Amino acid sequence: MKDAIVKIEDVTFAYNGQMVLESVNMAIRSGDFIAMIGPNGGGKTTLLKLILGLLKPNRGSIRVMGDSAETASRHIGYVPQDIHMNRHFPISALDVVMMGRLKPGRRFKNTGKDRRVVLEALERMEMAAYADTRIGKLSGGQRQRVFIARALVTKPKLMLLDEPTAGIDSKGQADFFQLLKELNTEMTILVVSHDLLMISTYVKSVVCVNRHLHYHPQAEITGEMLETMYPSTGETICPVELVAHGLPHRVLTDHK
Amino acid sequence: MIEALHFEFMRNALMAGLLASIICGIMGTLVVVNRIVFLSGGIAHAAYGGIGIAFYFGWPYLVGTIGFSLAAAMVMAAVSLHSKHRADTIIGVIWAVGMACGIILIDLTPGYNVDLMSYLFGSILTVPTSDLWIMLVVGIVITLLVAFYYQDLLAMSYDEEFARIRGVPVRALYFLLIGMLAVTVVMVIQVVGLILVIALLTIPPFIVERHTRSLIQMMIGSSFLGAVFTVSGLWLSYAFDLTSGASIIMVAGIAFFLSLLIERLSIHHRHKTTAADKERVVPGQ
Repeated sequence: MKDAIVKIEDVTFAYNGQMVLESVNMAIRSGDFIAMIGPNGGGKTTLLKLILGLLKPNRGSIRVMGDSAETASRHIGYVPQDIHMNRHFPISALDVVMMGRLKPGRRFKNTGKDRRVVLEALERMEMAAYADTRIGKLSGGQRQRVFIARALVTKPKLMLLDEPTAGIDSKGQADFFQLLKELNTEMTILVVSHDLLMISTYVKSVVCVNRHLHYHPQAEITGEMLETMYPSTGETICPVELVAHGLPHRVLTDHK
Repeated sequence: MIEALHFEFMRNALMAGLLASIICGIMGTLVVVNRIVFLSGGIAHAAYGGIGIAFYFGWPYLVGTIGFSLAAAMVMAAVSLHSKHRADTIIGVIWAVGMACGIILIDLTPGYNVDLMSYLFGSILTVPTSDLWIMLVVGIVITLLVAFYYQDLLAMSYDEEFARIRGVPVRALYFLLIGMLAVTVVMVIQVVGLILVIALLTIPPFIVERHTRSLIQMMIGSSFLGAVFTVSGLWLSYAFDLTSGASIIMVAGIAFFLSLLIERLSIHHRHKTTAADKERVVPGQ
């Protein structure tokens, strides 16, 4: 087992008096490919923001690569949720990726080298042809690739992705997870996803977040896990979504 | 229009309009993409409190208004950073109280009283040359600041969290943005009035936004469009003997609704063509 790249110890976070995360402990191994699941409002995005140092825990400590979260955040590639981005913003895909070249303390100059690195990242994401396209004109999947390119040019050791496949069709999702799997050979990945099929096919471990956190070192999804994570699962999740690798197709019983 | 330029007041009005268009094109772009139109309105109205203070205490006009507007703007900026969900209410309160404060202080000041109408609609036809110089300096300072912090302002406006992760000093930058906005608003109000400031800050950037691929294009486009509105508005007011500020705003307003209509029609048209495309594809399969 390799070193922990992120160490979360006894972290508690409350927002407006509402407890979001309570006594959370987790260590992310270097090289891991983790899927984070849990109900909406369960604290998944909050946990990502705590790791990024954008939020400060009320209690407990978060160490990233041996540093405080705020100091280390520039080594983390962050791919935010697409729905929070302003699609009408006048910006080209190239300029979005260029943001990844911003560095603290250095006045940003749009040098030839920056441009080359950015174009390489776009090339790698198969988005070079869209470099000059306005970000709002791209499809959801293409936009996600641009955001990954932006995260890549920061040369991250850890990549955090917040529901990157929301609104992408299942073929696109499989391609997307295949891409993440390739990136995983170079960096640690933590991805928030609701897609259990993708999770059981591609990821190495699963972490469930619903105020508390449970880490599962294997990518197996068990019925009990789902029932604790998604109360009232029977009605809200379509049973077909539970067809997963290594897990017999099961339709959950009614909660009565 | 050409013979109108023989009059100095007409030349000054034109220059004032062009300078206001450029300043508002730059700041308005940042206002629209950062969605702080309401906050700008708050600053513009609260500035009247500063006018009242300047009159009551006999301070120079600019000291009172810029001081008061900056203070009000910083409070609004702090509130919108710290409690986003309360921000619009508190901005609304400062907006109202600032104006009331200005009116009462002017009531209490003996002698000459400033005209509320000239504050609202400005007096572009009576702009003295000294004001043009002040506007020019403000314009240059704002252009330089925005050029220097362009990449940081862009990152903050597009994705504040990512900007913070990359080490952009987002908080300081936000206060700088609101501070520049307060100075802009006060300077330009003097010349063209409160209502025209809001119109020039919002209408050109809104129309241009859809057709540009970068903030800088949007700034240039907005400045140009603002200039077209001011020149044609001034010409209309000269030709038909109308109030200049209101004429400029009417031109801008008509362009605004036309652009909305054109957008609607083009979306409608696109839907129709894609639907037609689909129909054409289906029989072939």
